[in-house]
Amino acid sequence: MINKLKQLVIYLFLLIWLVITGYPLVFLVQNSFKIRMEFFRNPVWSLPESFTLQNYIDVMESGFYIYFINSIIVCFISVAIIIIVSALASYAISRIDFKFNKLVYILFLAGMMIPIHSTLIPIYKITLSMGLYDKLSALIGPYVAFSLPISVFILTGFINDIPYELEEAAIIDGASRFRIFKDIILPLVKPAIATVAIYNLTLLWNQFAYALVLTSSPSKRILTLGLFEFQGQHGINIPLTLTALFLSVLPLIILYVFLQEHIIKGMTAGALKG
Amino acid sequence: MNKKELMNNKYFIAALFLLPAVLFSLVYLIIPIPLSAYYSFFKWDGIGAMKFLGLENWAELLNDPIFWSSMANNFKLVAISLVVQIPIALFLAVLLTRKIKGADFFKTIYFVPMLLSSIAVAFLWRYMYDPTFGLINGVLNLVGLEQLTRSWLGNPDIAFYSVAAPIQWRFIPLYMIIFMAGISNIPEQLYEAAEIDGASNLQSFFFVTLPMLRSTVVNASVLIIVGSLKYFAMIFALTGGGPNHASELMATYLYSKSFTEMNMGYGSTISVALFLVALIVSVVFLRFSKKDVRN
Repeated sequence: MINKLKQLVIYLFLLIWLVITGYPLVFLVQNSFKIRMEFFRNPVWSLPESFTLQNYIDVMESGFYIYFINSIIVCFISVAIIIIVSALASYAISRIDFKFNKLVYILFLAGMMIPIHSTLIPIYKITLSMGLYDKLSALIGPYVAFSLPISVFILTGFINDIPYELEEAAIIDGASRFRIFKDIILPLVKPAIATVAIYNLTLLWNQFAYALVLTSSPSKRILTLGLFEFQGQHGINIPLTLTALFLSVLPLIILYVFLQEHIIKGMTAGALKG
Repeated sequence: MNKKELMNNKYFIAALFLLPAVLFSLVYLIIPIPLSAYYSFFKWDGIGAMKFLGLENWAELLNDPIFWSSMANNFKLVAISLVVQIPIALFLAVLLTRKIKGADFFKTIYFVPMLLSSIAVAFLWRYMYDPTFGLINGVLNLVGLEQLTRSWLGNPDIAFYSVAAPIQWRFIPLYMIIFMAGISNIPEQLYEAAEIDGASNLQSFFFVTLPMLRSTVVNASVLIIVGSLKYFAMIFALTGGGPNHASELMATYLYSKSFTEMNMGYGSTISVALFLVALIVSVVFLRFSKKDVRN
């Protein structure tokens, strides 16, 4: 009896938090199906009178889809570069004894402490002088640098755990470091690379500040900035803005449905060991 | 040295492997810091000529009440985040690690706010806060608490707390997951021993779970403290730091000075100050957490 009661209390608390977390999301979806007048006429928690997809059509026709394409391009290119660059660096830190391994590692990690907003003005200036201002490629450099500390952290930890014997034979055979990296290490760190890739993809998908400062024309907007501008233009039409909002979060939610473990592992990796 | 010797030199090889990462970090993370410090001695609109001012920007910063109040807001946010996020996250983690049906379902849903961009969270909450059409005032009216309805983001007395709320909402799941991982690493025998000694659930929480999670809680606190110096997008999208700077943080103030007023010299001064604050806070708390591990 006492145990039943305890269970009940636990579920009560879990349900309360479920409502706190989940209701804003339900609110988002249900109002995206309302037409504008209906939103003003009925209370916000009411169900839509009819499930119209008009808002979805209007959002897409406003050119919102360009922001998806831009975000996909920038994020995927950045993540590909991050994987290569951080795997190379992690291998050197973990496997080549060059005396300053520990120092280099700590310096990379220290990058996590830098508040990125304090770097915005110089990055704006550097981007201007490289002629990259208002180009999607302007975002790649900052994205890679921003993601490096955590990526090096995860990959170095993973390579450290690989038994050295696997490489020993190759070294005796006179294989070059680069061959060892490519043929032995890379295949073994695949699971960690997946974590790094998915984790950085979620972080960069939601990045905002760099795009705000480094791009200006509508055709160069990534999704977060596009959503920001969309709200500025259509904010009064609340159901329409909520629809754009829902569409902007949908890709990551779909990714999460399939890759939940990877995403959670990546997001907590920095905290558990560091 | 010929090519073959060079390729056998481990210092050269290490440098090759590190080069790309070092280049990206230098250009986009490291060099910007001294560059900001350099700009802070100039009057500059970002495009035109730079005019040397000496320490004028710094003198202005020290006497700028908005800068100081934005820094105070950053620290207030640290305090609120520590007091709200850690206990709630810990509580949920303890509930979810008990052997109950549906724990995975709850965990999956609870984590969703972490997937939303700060901009999406900001707009979602903006519509919940909307004085006329918002969910919060709507519910208050429904249950007969009209006197509690207000302009959540428009009132300078409460705007700061209104922008702090979605930050808590978004980040609690992160710490919940971290604590869940910590709890699952605690050896089961400790709980069994406590149970044999007749400890209640509450007692085994305070005498087993909490002491065993000590370093995890310290790590989470460091993350919260360092993280709250980085908040920008959510507040930028919710209030822009207003009304009348009531919800201003160092990062939003730095943005509006630099990129709205185009006063990049002064913006750089705030940037350097923000960096120094982050540096001091990080060093102090890393010391603190190291000491903690040693004890």
